[in-house]
Amino acid sequence: MRHPTRRQFLGLAAALAGAALPRRAAGQASARVVVVGGGFAGVTCARFLHRAGGRLQVTLVEPNATFTACPFSNAVIAGLRAIQDQTFGYEAVRAEGVALVQAPATGIDPQGRTVRLADGGTLAYDRLVLAPGIDFRWDAIPGYGEAAAGRMPHAWKAGEQTLLLRRRLEAMADGGLVVIAAPANPFRCPPGPYERASLIAHYLKGRKPRAKLLLLDAKDSFSKQSLFTAAWKQLYPGLLEWVPLSKGGRVTAVDANAGTVSTEFEKYQPAVANIIPPQRAGRIADLAGVADRTGWCPIDPVTFESRLQPNVHVIGDAAIAGAMPKSAFAANAQAKVCALAVATLLRGEPPQEPLLLNTCYSLVAPDYGISVAGVYRPREGQLAEVAGAGGTSPAHGPPQDRALEARYAEDWFRIITHEVFG
Amino acid sequence: MRPYRVLFIFIAWSLVAGATGFVPTATGADPQLLASSCSGCHSSSDALVTTIPRIRGLPEPVLLEALHAFRNGQRRATVMDRIAKGLTDDEIRQLAAYFSGRR
Repeated sequence: MRHPTRRQFLGLAAALAGAALPRRAAGQASARVVVVGGGFAGVTCARFLHRAGGRLQVTLVEPNATFTACPFSNAVIAGLRAIQDQTFGYEAVRAEGVALVQAPATGIDPQGRTVRLADGGTLAYDRLVLAPGIDFRWDAIPGYGEAAAGRMPHAWKAGEQTLLLRRRLEAMADGGLVVIAAPANPFRCPPGPYERASLIAHYLKGRKPRAKLLLLDAKDSFSKQSLFTAAWKQLYPGLLEWVPLSKGGRVTAVDANAGTVSTEFEKYQPAVANIIPPQRAGRIADLAGVADRTGWCPIDPVTFESRLQPNVHVIGDAAIAGAMPKSAFAANAQAKVCALAVATLLRGEPPQEPLLLNTCYSLVAPDYGISVAGVYRPREGQLAEVAGAGGTSPAHGPPQDRALEARYAEDWFRIITHEVFG
Repeated sequence: MRPYRVLFIFIAWSLVAGATGFVPTATGADPQLLASSCSGCHSSSDALVTTIPRIRGLPEPVLLEALHAFRNGQRRATVMDRIAKGLTDDEIRQLAAYFSGRR
């Protein structure tokens, strides 16, 4: 009985839409949707928009010819995986019928509803989806800018930076000091710095057992903390040390030429420094006027439409998605919800409340996986976590479950990248 | 949410609810929307062979029983027990129907 009732509801709603709303795109042969950003969020959204009913004309704007995925890039840094396994092209996206514009978007005119491209061209849209990911706040840590990242890689956008950090570790003599600096919240991939520390420790344990890894942190707690710390004690005792904010963990300055990393209490001279700087939404969000003073983008939790600009939606790491973390899984999930909502809105129908999930796996060692999951619903204008659901892997899970989660982590990556790029 | 939309949804809702006694659930009634996150782990492609179980095309009673067992802790899982605890009875019914009908 659900279906007739729903149809009835939608039929009435659609009839009302005609009366109550200006019929802009509804009823047109094909509404135009432009998606900016070819990562997990943008590509998923473009493809699901294309598959949604309503014959939408979907254009994806992405300057790069290939995408290098961040999830599992920590395994590349630790020498467990090739960067080629992280790299994906846009052939399948294009073959499906999504128009791909390989140029940087340099501006948005929300009133005129156009996207300006670096080559001088413009793209008109009925609705725009921004999935710009993150940019770094290069002014946040004195001494740490784009040039310094050539010596002290962030490796927080995967690709050349990932390989640079790997080469630095490989070139380091045994007994060297490795420093990782983790930022305060919010930032891309909350468990990422701790997975990275784990896998680098795994590398050092096997190859450079006299080395030491210091994880300098700008906060006092972190994702899956008790699971990580228990595993570190078991697997990497004496090798990996976490320094929280309250013990002087926040990096206050770096000197890339001198090779020093400073906190309030100490000045370190590591052989390898990995500085993960504070972040904000990708620059186009600023240019479109959808980022607020925090640097991130407030959105409606039902449609992912910007709170600051009508007809512009923001998904993925750039969005303020309430309790949802900035993860590839969340980006993919948000993209599908947003695509369905945009298609619904363009048909002149009212959007329905979504249910969103997240699952993030982390590797503490190649055969030791842990996870955090969450279920999210719109509540009071935010995406709120459903109480009593979600949470982390159990604290005293048996080794076979850790091995299974490591296996699932790899399967998840294959499955999600296949859905997005395959 | 802009005022006109709130007003519009309110009018639509009250008309439908008044006419049929139907009250929309919190998550609406579009199973595709409800199920959209699942394909992040459960592949919608036949091209991949993975440890994560395929759920498309499984009999509806099997999916129903599995989701209920995950939710009430009777069936061991690494992640699905944590996810299923966030689903309502109605959502479990909708998801089981949706995935059993997918090929």
